[in-house]
Amino acid sequence: MPRISVEVDGVTYEDEVEPRLLLVHYLRDRLGKVGTPIGCDTTNCGACTVLLDGMSVKSCSLLAVQADGREITTVEGIGLDGRHHPMQRAFHEEHALQCGYCTPGMIMASIDLLRENADPSDEEIREGLEGNLCRCTGYQNIVRAVRSAAAEMRTPSENPSESEVTS
Amino acid sequence: MTALGEARPAEVGAPRRRSEDARLITGRTRWTDNIQPQGTLHVAFLRSPVAHARIERVDAEQARRRPGVVAVLTGADVAGEQGSLPCAWPVTEDMKHPDHPPMAVDEVRYVGEPVACVVARDRYAAVDALEEIDVDYAPLPAVVDMERAVRGEDGLVHEGLGTNESYRWVFENGDLDAAMRDAPVVIERRFVQQRLIPTAMEPRAVLCVPEGEEFTLYSATQIPHILRLMLAVVTEIPEHRIRVVAPDVGGGFGSKLQVYGEEVLCLLLARRLGRPVKWTESRSEGNMAVHHGRDQIQRLTLAADRDGRIRGLKVDLLADMGAYLMLVTPGIPILGAFMFNGIYKMDAYSFTCRGVFTTKTPTDAYRGAGRPEATFGIERMMDELAAELGMDPIEVRRRNWIEHGEFPYETIAGLTYDSGNYEAATERALELFGYDRLRAEQAERRERRDPVQLGIGVSTFTEMCGLAPSRVLGSLSYGAGGWEHASVRVLPSGKVEVVTGTSPHGQGHATAWAQITADRLGVPFEDVKVLHGDTAISPKGMDTYGSRSLAVGGIAVYGACDKVIDKARRVAAHLLEAAEEDLEFADGRFSVRGVPEEGRTIQEVATAAFAAHDLPDGLEPSLDAETTFDPENFSFPHGTHLCATEVDTETGMVRIRSYVAVDDIGKVVNPLIVEGQVHGGLAQGIAQALYEEAVYDAEGNLTTTTMADYLVPSAADLPDFTTDRTETPATSNPLGVKGVGEAGTIASTPAVVNAIVDALRPYGVRDVPMPCSPERVWRALREARGEEAEERGAEPGAGGGLGSAQAGGDQ
Ligand code: FES
Ligand code: FES
Repeated sequence: MPRISVEVDGVTYEDEVEPRLLLVHYLRDRLGKVGTPIGCDTTNCGACTVLLDGMSVKSCSLLAVQADGREITTVEGIGLDGRHHPMQRAFHEEHALQCGYCTPGMIMASIDLLRENADPSDEEIREGLEGNLCRCTGYQNIVRAVRSAAAEMRTPSENPSESEVTS
Repeated sequence: MTALGEARPAEVGAPRRRSEDARLITGRTRWTDNIQPQGTLHVAFLRSPVAHARIERVDAEQARRRPGVVAVLTGADVAGEQGSLPCAWPVTEDMKHPDHPPMAVDEVRYVGEPVACVVARDRYAAVDALEEIDVDYAPLPAVVDMERAVRGEDGLVHEGLGTNESYRWVFENGDLDAAMRDAPVVIERRFVQQRLIPTAMEPRAVLCVPEGEEFTLYSATQIPHILRLMLAVVTEIPEHRIRVVAPDVGGGFGSKLQVYGEEVLCLLLARRLGRPVKWTESRSEGNMAVHHGRDQIQRLTLAADRDGRIRGLKVDLLADMGAYLMLVTPGIPILGAFMFNGIYKMDAYSFTCRGVFTTKTPTDAYRGAGRPEATFGIERMMDELAAELGMDPIEVRRRNWIEHGEFPYETIAGLTYDSGNYEAATERALELFGYDRLRAEQAERRERRDPVQLGIGVSTFTEMCGLAPSRVLGSLSYGAGGWEHASVRVLPSGKVEVVTGTSPHGQGHATAWAQITADRLGVPFEDVKVLHGDTAISPKGMDTYGSRSLAVGGIAVYGACDKVIDKARRVAAHLLEAAEEDLEFADGRFSVRGVPEEGRTIQEVATAAFAAHDLPDGLEPSLDAETTFDPENFSFPHGTHLCATEVDTETGMVRIRSYVAVDDIGKVVNPLIVEGQVHGGLAQGIAQALYEEAVYDAEGNLTTTTMADYLVPSAADLPDFTTDRTETPATSNPLGVKGVGEAGTIASTPAVVNAIVDALRPYGVRDVPMPCSPERVWRALREARGEEAEERGAEPGAGGGLGSAQAGGDQ
């Protein structure tokens, strides 16, 4: 079995994996990173979106071996410093989630969207998230959330005491 | 803590951000598939690749020998213990209800029906082994078309029944013949409610953990309480030895209101093997095996006077049950019987529904369940009537709807609508929409023969929700009541736990129920925790579906709070040495009337009730109470939705230009959650109008098994919505709430289709079948032109009202 070395959310893992093991199953079943869910088996829904070297990918469309030597960020690896990522906060503030199943994928895809375009129009947000399906929200609040996160990320607040999400 | 005498801002009505979100945005979730006890085995199902066949032989020897495989079981192996999946709604006494084994034993009746299962060390090994199972199928005729099926033309789905008609259900009120006789206007239409796949984003998953003779079954279900009872009935494992947990559930929309074979089989496998077993559905198997929704053929006849007043309505339905009756399959179209009359007055009404077996996936509840189908029928007919009379569709509705002053109103379908104000919602919607301006633009585009035509669609609707009154459900032969349970306990430290029988999957109950409790008990929102979805924690309940949670479950929470306050009052009176009648309770504090400084907070009372050193005689320690709520009546949200579409007559492309939804859902607990529900509902209803359809070929193969084929709309496919509310409180519950989960879905489908047809009416188009894909729109245009050309004896393309635009479709 091939050996791989992957950095996931800041931790390096050395593992032997079956060549056909999907990255998403590696993350979930081997590393216990269950924050990334699976919604389909045809790479259509985007629920499994993670960042691979900073760029969003659908982790069900990659094999674990393809991640060898690379860096992966999941929803569990953002906002690690005890504060939520601005995108997480925006999803909460704008009520951009209901069941939340699509949410990790949406958040990761949205972060990548803003990396490419820091000030997207609503239409660009809608186009940019085309590969991520949500069955609950009708998308309007997701668009709002991405817009508001974009505004916040363009002008990082001076004062790091942003409100925390209640739990 | 607020200072004495300072009122706490009300929670109910405030757009409180959801407490659920914290774990959902960080991935600290408990989806069933995330739970994996040590030693969990994985199950995979072999599913029928053919629509209808006798199973001649199943050879699983090879599969059993594969590495990692622990067990392979066929339907025959479990025939003695698997029971028959339940149908809890025998709508007529003579309803045909065939046996429904969780795993097929000697015959398969739809593509995707489980035939065998493999239990293995991991999911890859389980799926690998499926390929080694050999099944000989002796083909039987596929029965795909409902209209042919009911006439028995393609053979029988269940040979032993001698018919494909499961039941015939009839409702009549008023003299329909008289109403129709000599009516100046009679319109007949046939509408198809296409088959839909609910497509919750979380696929189903089941994990069953055995502990001796006891079983904990985790399932992505909407109905842990009902599921537990039904699992006990089906498997004969005693109910008290089964615990069902619905952990985080990623959407349901009715699809998880079910007792699925896979749940039964996981329980049986865990019992046989004595180890935890888990099954997680793939999307492609889910599309075949999750129950589908809608799938009706409606024949409607509407008789009216020339001034637009409706005389009578006749509804003839064929409803596709699929191959078997599942939990509430036969009842879904019957719910429509009460809604086909919509918000309108009429003299006579007749409704007949025939439930038809086909060799397709069973149908059952899908968001709105029976009411979207009915609303579509009547709202399309209202537009057809308007067109026939050359009247504005809003005006036709005005002439027929129940007026604000007429409530409570007993409808022709026998329901009593408690309250409503259709005028107010409609006025507000027209204003937000800019109705007159858009009509002017439409006229202008028609005038200039713009290839892109503007259409305006309206839908004024109501629905029955708050599915409860147990007596009414009983009168409809539904197998259970519709009450809901809640308990509230103020912990010794003064924090509050609320236990609810509802089982949310995205609706935000933890937040909304805490808002109700915080207001009622006068405690901080943060001090309240809501527990749900686990039969060991929440012992009673009827779960979440049909927009019942707030109007029934939320009211139970409210009622339990009241009981807690009653008990607390007795303790407080005792502690303050005052008479109960002399105590006031406000902002979480009991005080002696006229002596505000003499008081006890409810937290202090809880501590005293816990210590129990000094309680009134006969009072039990601790401050808690439970209650059930069973309302007298349904609740009836209503609203007016308006949609403007731009339809390209050359390509058939439809674009929603604007969408306005004004809903009246009575009092609102959390406007943020409400708006989210409306948005999501609209997306689903619009998706039915424009995108989604479960398609079967002539052999009964489902051709939309993946998300590539079954078109769930993305952000790029949907518009921004304008939403607003009017507020006419329900009178059937103390909070005046009605329910919101399904309104958007129910109202939007006819609004969109009405708008498309309105755009194309000058071309002679009177209907476009759903989903109104560009191809279908284009075809409808072409057919309308062809028909017109024939009627006029002219060349195709020469007739019709809009010459230049008409040339478009033929290229
Ligand atoms: S699970 Fe990866 S795209 Fe659907
Ligand atoms: S929030 Fe449920 S799928 Fe997006």
